[in-house]
Amino acid sequence: MKGNSDRIWSILFILPSIIFIGIFVYGFISWTGYVSLSEWRSLIPNYSFAGFENYLNLFKDFRFQADIRNTIIFTVLFIGAVAFMGQLLAILIDQNIKGESIFRNIFLFPMALSFVVTGVVWQWLLNPSTGVNLLLEKIGLSPKWYVSTEVLFGIPIGKIEFGIPVAIIAIVIAAVWQMTGFSLAMYLAGLRGIPEELKEAARMDGASEWKLYRKIIFPQLRPITMSVIIIMAHISLKIFDLIYAMTGPGANYVTDVPALYMFETTFRANDYASGAAIAMILLISVAVFIIPYLVVNRRED
Amino acid sequence: MAKRLTKPFIYLILIAFSLFYLMPVYVLIVTSLKPFDQISLDTMWQLPSTIDLSSYSTAFSKLAPNIMNSFYLVIPATLLSALFGSLNGYVLSKWKFKGSEIVFTAILFGMFIPYQSILIPLIVFLRDMGLYNSIPGLIFTHVVYGLPITTLMFRNFYASIPYSMLESAKIDGANFLKIYGKIMFPLSISGFVVVAIWQFTNIWNEFLFAVSLTQSDQQPVMVALQNLAGSQVVQWNVQMAGALLAALPTLLVYILVGKYFVRGLLAGSVKG
Repeated sequence: MKGNSDRIWSILFILPSIIFIGIFVYGFISWTGYVSLSEWRSLIPNYSFAGFENYLNLFKDFRFQADIRNTIIFTVLFIGAVAFMGQLLAILIDQNIKGESIFRNIFLFPMALSFVVTGVVWQWLLNPSTGVNLLLEKIGLSPKWYVSTEVLFGIPIGKIEFGIPVAIIAIVIAAVWQMTGFSLAMYLAGLRGIPEELKEAARMDGASEWKLYRKIIFPQLRPITMSVIIIMAHISLKIFDLIYAMTGPGANYVTDVPALYMFETTFRANDYASGAAIAMILLISVAVFIIPYLVVNRRED
Repeated sequence: MAKRLTKPFIYLILIAFSLFYLMPVYVLIVTSLKPFDQISLDTMWQLPSTIDLSSYSTAFSKLAPNIMNSFYLVIPATLLSALFGSLNGYVLSKWKFKGSEIVFTAILFGMFIPYQSILIPLIVFLRDMGLYNSIPGLIFTHVVYGLPITTLMFRNFYASIPYSMLESAKIDGANFLKIYGKIMFPLSISGFVVVAIWQFTNIWNEFLFAVSLTQSDQQPVMVALQNLAGSQVVQWNVQMAGALLAALPTLLVYILVGKYFVRGLLAGSVKG
């Protein structure tokens, strides 16, 4: 009898959350999916069925093609730099140095800021006529940063030039500045989690420090790198506020991303159906990374 | 590796990177203290010749109402989402039921979705409820979409409390509610601190919901900061002062209780 009332209480505790998640995550996703197949293209809802027309139009669209390019380039550069910087700084900080907490705090504090603040500050720093450029000019460089429309290593694919837009590099710098702390904290926790005996044993066997890292430490950090990649990938695919605050879509859409396009399509142009279609593509691209990750993690429990 | 990279060399690299990470702060502060006419390309890196706080008073007068909005939003939203997370975490770690792992994974997925994929229905829903363009509407939104992360954090926290403690309480005749009230809740104060700091920071810094669900006088500070930056004849000193004011609460949290901040960061990232 008592066991039963405990059971009932435990269900009462969690039921509201299950209902909320059911409606506001899964229900709303289905609703968005339905809107993405509709003719709702003004302020007045119109749910008549349009089929996949909205999706097909997107893939033919110059702006969306540029978005795909920008997202791929941004994601690769951003994840690579955040993982590399985090790992490098974590290893350096882990060398029994003095003032460890000072260094850690310096690399971590941008995490406490919002992307909007980061965007506003880096917009000033990377302004082509100010900021960092005054230093770079001294060594003969003066990139136009986020106002540049240049695409490096461009190959024409569809209507766009596939390559690395210079303006994206500017945004990557700001994003890496903000997010390095995250991977640093994870790598540091990982390094601290490697048992001391393991390192000692290797040293006793006469392994050099380099060999110790290559054979013991780097392999031990691999799961952390996996988590860093997954977490950064989903942040990167969804990135919105930083770009909104820093550049907007940019000339020729060199800094546009699907999240920004969705926002403008839906709330500026009132084309809800197309906005919903962009949102669904965004969701699917995130789910491709996240679902396998969640499934594997559950299994390991 | 470390043997060859002698200590001074390690310090040198760390200091060089530190300067890079601090550079934006330096420029932010220096610029915000200069009067508008002193901001020129050549003097960008120089200290102000005289300290001028007028950009702060300008920025503050523009942002103050929105800063208050952010506080009205973030305090109840943080408390409520921590409370729900604690209840869920308690059940999902100590009162597992058939299918509770699937329920947990299904809740967790909500943490990763791009919010664009629920934004259109959310606006329709909030309009119908009369909550669109209101702080309560934003509070509701943050509590609902905060459920996954707070549940994850509390579930991991409660997992570290040994079962034996529950068992002996059960033998003493404590039921589900008593165990929560007398054992789990008091033990989870530090868990509440971590979750609250994490939620405070995230909700304060959030932008997409804020910009889509509110207008003008209901807007939280991040939207107002963005408007300040977007709508003016680039008054960089005012913008920098505004950025600093908007960032101050979360920076203070980080400076004062950074240890819990980092713990939250790891709790929200390492696998559930």
